[in-house]
Amino acid sequence: MPVLCSSCSEKRAVLKRPKTGHSLCKACFFWAFEEEVHHTIVTAKLFKPGETVGVAASGGKDSTVLAHVMKLLNQRHGYGLELMLISVDEGITGYRDDSLETVKRNQQQYDLPLKIVSYEELYGWTMDAIVKQVGLKNNCTFCGVFRRQALDRGAVMLKVDKICTGHNADDVAETVLMNVLRGDIARLRRCTAISTASEGDGVVPRCKPLKYAYEKEIVLYAYFKKLDYFSTECIYSPNAYRGYARTFLKDLESIRPSSIMDIIHSGENLSVRDGVKMPVQGTCSRCGYISSQALCKSCVLLEGLNRGLPKLGIGKHHRLHEKLLSQQPLTESEQRKLKPVDF
Amino acid sequence: MCQVEEEYHEQLERVDRLSLSQKCMKCKEEPAVVVVRAGDAYCRSCFRESFIHKFRAMLGKTRVIFPGEKVLLAVSGGPSSCSMLRQVQEGVGHNAHKKLRFLPGIVHIDEGGALGQSIEMRRKKTSDLQQMFRSTGFPFYIVPLEQVLDLPGSVLVAPSARSDRPDSAYKAAVDLFLQSGGGSDPAGPRQENGQESLLDVHESRTRLLEQLMDSVQTQTAKLDLLNTLRQHLLVHTARKHSYSKLMLGDSCTRLAVRLLTSISLGRGAQLAQDTGFSDCRYGDVVAVRPMREYSAKEIAFYNHLFKVPTVAVPNLETKTSDKSSIQRLTESFVTKLQTDFPSTVSTIYRTGEKLQTACRFSSAAEDSDRCLLCLSSLEPGAEEASALQATLLSERLSQTRGPLSSVPVEPEPAAVGRCCSSGPCGGADCNAGCSSSPTGPQVAGMRSLLCYSCQRTVRDMSSVHHLPPYVLSEAHRRQKRSAMKEQISQFLLDGAEEHD
Ligand SMILES: [Zn+2]
Ligand SMILES: [Zn+2]
Ligand SMILES: [Zn+2]
Ligand SMILES: [Zn+2]
Ligand SMILES: [Zn+2]
Repeated sequence: MPVLCSSCSEKRAVLKRPKTGHSLCKACFFWAFEEEVHHTIVTAKLFKPGETVGVAASGGKDSTVLAHVMKLLNQRHGYGLELMLISVDEGITGYRDDSLETVKRNQQQYDLPLKIVSYEELYGWTMDAIVKQVGLKNNCTFCGVFRRQALDRGAVMLKVDKICTGHNADDVAETVLMNVLRGDIARLRRCTAISTASEGDGVVPRCKPLKYAYEKEIVLYAYFKKLDYFSTECIYSPNAYRGYARTFLKDLESIRPSSIMDIIHSGENLSVRDGVKMPVQGTCSRCGYISSQALCKSCVLLEGLNRGLPKLGIGKHHRLHEKLLSQQPLTESEQRKLKPVDF
Repeated sequence: MCQVEEEYHEQLERVDRLSLSQKCMKCKEEPAVVVVRAGDAYCRSCFRESFIHKFRAMLGKTRVIFPGEKVLLAVSGGPSSCSMLRQVQEGVGHNAHKKLRFLPGIVHIDEGGALGQSIEMRRKKTSDLQQMFRSTGFPFYIVPLEQVLDLPGSVLVAPSARSDRPDSAYKAAVDLFLQSGGGSDPAGPRQENGQESLLDVHESRTRLLEQLMDSVQTQTAKLDLLNTLRQHLLVHTARKHSYSKLMLGDSCTRLAVRLLTSISLGRGAQLAQDTGFSDCRYGDVVAVRPMREYSAKEIAFYNHLFKVPTVAVPNLETKTSDKSSIQRLTESFVTKLQTDFPSTVSTIYRTGEKLQTACRFSSAAEDSDRCLLCLSSLEPGAEEASALQATLLSERLSQTRGPLSSVPVEPEPAAVGRCCSSGPCGGADCNAGCSSSPTGPQVAGMRSLLCYSCQRTVRDMSSVHHLPPYVLSEAHRRQKRSAMKEQISQFLLDGAEEHD
């Protein structure tokens, strides 16, 4: 006997919601998923009418679903937003080619303007060229730091008011766990925030409309909507700690599906002790981006690449920032430590 | 999407193997016999000295335990609590170098009834413990978990604390204690040895306890509930024998696991109380954790070298698989990670240190502002955009379709109806008539009395009616009171409810 949808009690259920365990028909699932994102957008006051909003588009499932839902909700509920897709081309042969094709198709399907910003255009380096210099071991530091800024620089260029990213509930919960595992209290406190306020000239406020959407439901949504997405896993090795946190989270979810939300709830309600030092957020004296140091991460990384000392941005070398800022040469022993490692 | 945004390669460095032929790092003479962590190698006597010192330093630094105060040690029989007991024995002993100036007692909760153990087996275990406790000369109480069924409702109502005493009060208490010649007899005047015998456990009580445990359908919720009930019983025992402090043997390793478990269970707001040095949520009885800076490994070394006896007592987690519960999964996760990355436990532990630990106990707060079960402060009306609201919405949208605006934010009534027909009691033993009971609290109504995490636990129960009577009657009382308040709300002036 077919199971009936627990919401409309009419149609046949086609899926079991990973989040609640209810059996739903396709239409009721779409409705629930979309209205939940709408609820998040409204209650967290993510946007104001008339704003231009850039949807960070990677061609992956999260950003594809985000673009689709944003377009749909903007029409359904009359947000009055000007939407556009922003994509970053890191310059990794073979990796982005397919995903950028997906983004380009999305642009046509959703009829949204698309802007692709490339690393080469922004930094003068493609990821391929970076990997050639730093080796495979540390390149994720580069692509993470550079991507974050690339989006901001692209957004500023396009005069966008806000950026929204495809971070989902699993991503947020995983980040909470990871920050606990490495004792990073400042990030632990920040990571459950649904949006960041504008800080400094080079930074555009960001938000996560899918913050409470389960990854599995995003996949279900894309699957039943037959959305066109490219399965993007970074081809380079992921950070080990995040890997542990991810596996742990999956195991928790298998024992108690609400764990993902429970962890976010925990993160939202942590209170940090008075007197615990929080890094002061300043701005980079070279590019104006937020940075707790004199130079932002990406400027240090760039400096290292341009000087042929790629490890500069990877370890903790804050004391060298003064030298870098004043364009002074490094001593021989300083140089030796920062040379690329031989493989 | 590449999500690597930061690098933490330094932390990923693997453990350095140490050569064991090295000298003690403290006296630099004797050969090291113990390597607590990379770089910390001790000889036997220096290890002992530093171990004991750490205990006293912790009590001295925190100034929570006053001289002459009665302190109840919760001893499970495991390595950590037994090691704690030894520290106290060393501290109050006649030849102790720097005496601990409080009056210790011991409590052990026998949980055999929740594990389906035979009464003979339980008696054997407790007689081993009894022997150990008797040899300390401290008063001790062995309490069967069944007693939780007969607790008074007052356990859930925290009387005002004396915890806000300023530092000067501590000094004054020391002086007073010394003047009065305190400390001449470490154990103080002989108190009655309340050895509550297991013989007192009535089979019917055990059956009720089993029913309660059976009504909880997941191992995660079972462990969480057991933890709460145990805590209530400990606090009650302390009160009954007028102890004002409860000393718990949680090690650093244990607390790191608990911190991660609490986060996974949605207890983020209570982390500091769950893992901090002191926990004031019970008001007049304050729980303290003096073993929190010892790793499990350190304790194992100590117990081995100095022959600290332990009694292996099985618990609900014994012989369960890694994925049987969130608690168990977290423990095995931390243990495995610790093997690969030896800084894991201390890093997690330090995360906890940075969280709010201030005792925010306020005697003015109404009981209804606290969770009925765990007594933590209820989060004031969760924000609209929060995990809690998002969850409630998901449940609502998955059940009844309709325009969003017209659906009230009202949690659905959970599985009340399932109790007697399919529940473990089969309807026979259920005197309240369960599902149709007009007087008993309903799960849905009970939700508003519980914190986020305790709601999750209660959801996993087939029926709330198997909860101990003191919980049910207190729930009923609070529900009645809030209904009353609603009726008269328009006549109340602001802040009127603060002063009763
Ligand atoms: Zn339906
Ligand atoms: Zn990468
Ligand atoms: Zn910069
Ligand atoms: Zn020594
Ligand atoms: Zn609670």
